[in-house]
Amino acid sequence: MRLALRISLAAGLALGLAAPSFAAEVSTRREDKPAHFEFETLLGTYDRAALQRGYQVYKEVCAACHSLKRIAFRNLTDEGGPGFSVPQARALATATRVVAGPNDAGETHNDSGEPLTRTGILADYFPPPFPNENAARTANGGALPPDLSLFVKTRRHGAAYVYSILTGYGEKPPAEIKVPEGKHFNPWFEGGSISMPKPLNENGITFSDGTKATIDQQAHDVVTFLAWAAEPKMEERKRMGISVLLFLIAFAGVLGLAYKRVKSEYALK
Amino acid sequence: MSGPSTYNPKPGFEKWLDQRLPLPRLMHDTILTFPTPRNLNFWYTFGGILTFCLAVQIVTGIVLAMHYVANAELAFNSVEKIMRDVNYGWLIRYIHANGASMFFLAVYIHMFRGIYYGSYKAPREIIWILGVLIYLLMTATAFFGYVLPWGQMSFWGATVITNLFSAIPVIGPGIATWLWGDFAVGDPTLNRFFSLHYLLPFIIAGVVGLHIWALHVPGNNNPLGIDVKTPQDTVPFHPYYTIKDAFVLVLFVIFFASFVFFEPEFFNAPDNNIPANPLVTPAHIVPEWYLLPFYAMLRSIPDKLLGVLVMGAAIVSLAVLPWTDTSRVRSNRFRPTMKWFFWMFVVACVVLGYCGAQTVDATIFGIPAVWIARVATLYYFAFIFPIMFFVGLFETPKPLPASIAQSVLGKSEGGDK
Repeated sequence: MRLALRISLAAGLALGLAAPSFAAEVSTRREDKPAHFEFETLLGTYDRAALQRGYQVYKEVCAACHSLKRIAFRNLTDEGGPGFSVPQARALATATRVVAGPNDAGETHNDSGEPLTRTGILADYFPPPFPNENAARTANGGALPPDLSLFVKTRRHGAAYVYSILTGYGEKPPAEIKVPEGKHFNPWFEGGSISMPKPLNENGITFSDGTKATIDQQAHDVVTFLAWAAEPKMEERKRMGISVLLFLIAFAGVLGLAYKRVKSEYALK
Repeated sequence: MSGPSTYNPKPGFEKWLDQRLPLPRLMHDTILTFPTPRNLNFWYTFGGILTFCLAVQIVTGIVLAMHYVANAELAFNSVEKIMRDVNYGWLIRYIHANGASMFFLAVYIHMFRGIYYGSYKAPREIIWILGVLIYLLMTATAFFGYVLPWGQMSFWGATVITNLFSAIPVIGPGIATWLWGDFAVGDPTLNRFFSLHYLLPFIIAGVVGLHIWALHVPGNNNPLGIDVKTPQDTVPFHPYYTIKDAFVLVLFVIFFASFVFFEPEFFNAPDNNIPANPLVTPAHIVPEWYLLPFYAMLRSIPDKLLGVLVMGAAIVSLAVLPWTDTSRVRSNRFRPTMKWFFWMFVVACVVLGYCGAQTVDATIFGIPAVWIARVATLYYFAFIFPIMFFVGLFETPKPLPASIAQSVLGKSEGGDK
């Protein structure tokens, strides 16, 4: 089946169906690291343990600046997702404060002008780190940390890209690249100067499952988590795809035989 | 070929209905007994496949419209809701999005087949013109549909295409404003595009009805391009072609499903997963693959107005093929010279598509893509007018077989073995 797909993809390309992304791009950034993820293969699924660790990385590191506004705590219990139990997800939700609706007096803000908050529930979406874009920019030297819900899907091979960025810090910039103050050198980022400071550190977090928290491990896990956030129905999709294709192939076989039969009948007339 | 009806209603309700609304008679004559040339090959199954594509797009589209919100603030979020929270929303949307590409793939095969076998030639000119009209409506519908998710490429694609109208002298800018319903692409634009995206498919369905009606008057052309002479040349549409079409349709659906389930974002521009932002222009604004050849033509011409005219003419001028083609013979099987020009036409279209996907300053084997696109554009139009015209006049076609039956069943014409 993989071969069939490869052939059909190749045929598609040969027919000149090259998707717009195949446009030649003038780029100064270094080519993505050859990172491979199990979910990228034809029938691959998300590594459940990596998703759970990835959530931890997101929560403890990324969430300081990046929102993930399309994911709710209930999604953490979804099939094909990180596979937290409902009590676990509920515990994660109740540990957060979210902006509350108007209270009985119709107020949305307290006397000091702060918005009213309440304890999170399963149905709540992940609360964003900043109330709005201006607040986010002010806190980040003018740069806007993008929402990560769909980020992996905003470019081809987005997983390898995010992995390359996260692990791409630490080199000395070459002479021809001037890194402005407040920016950081990362040759995997277009232009080489990125606003995001080095996010991951060796043993920067302590994984609850005891996995050694190397930078590579953290990057791998959080990329897996973000890929799931961008395409949460992938496992269901691939699983259904296998059944659908098996059925269609069998159906094509039956129709092929039927066609052979009518063909021979009419040829003899 | 649509001879006297052979429908024989059963006494009782069928007969009663036949005298009042002969719908069963229509179905019987057009789907069951319709005499169809016995030599139609694989390439003739795409008419049925296209009908299937249209039905799939309409059905999935109606369901998507139940969950979609045509509002600049909410559209992107509503699409993501469909992907995440609507039951099987991801499946319906991926079928609809990939369905558009499959629809165009099928229509291109169908059109090239029509050109190769001379299916546009008398007495089938109207079928062909209706087909060009359907294709034109399809491109409009696809364009409107691509805008609806309100991602970056949706927004900027809409901006580029609607701005083309501003190239018209004097009234152009006014037309653009009128199309937008605003002074730039915005909420009113999205709303009207949604309205039109919902309307046009039903108009397409109507024109498809006319297309099939017109087809059923002279009957199908065939790979030999010769007329049906005796009943021996034909077989009843059912069961022969119903089963053959169903078989190839399922093969096509296998191809379709491999994308939907295993590579659903293959045809999508990744930029469209970023919500529309009027303040940030994507690095490259590229249309969907099926419009790339026309995009390449537009970009290959330095003058904007001329470029727009050429792009429009590329589609519309197909309608005159029945009259620029002077050949007495329909099928390219018997046209040794034209065959080469035909395949060069296919290559020109593919090359244009390839050039359309490149950046403006790209080079291919050291040659600027824009110059390759210019040559291909020139050939595209040359094919429709001087080539079709003069090759038809001067070419000596190969001898045609006496009949379809003789060609298919061997030399022993009428031999009842």
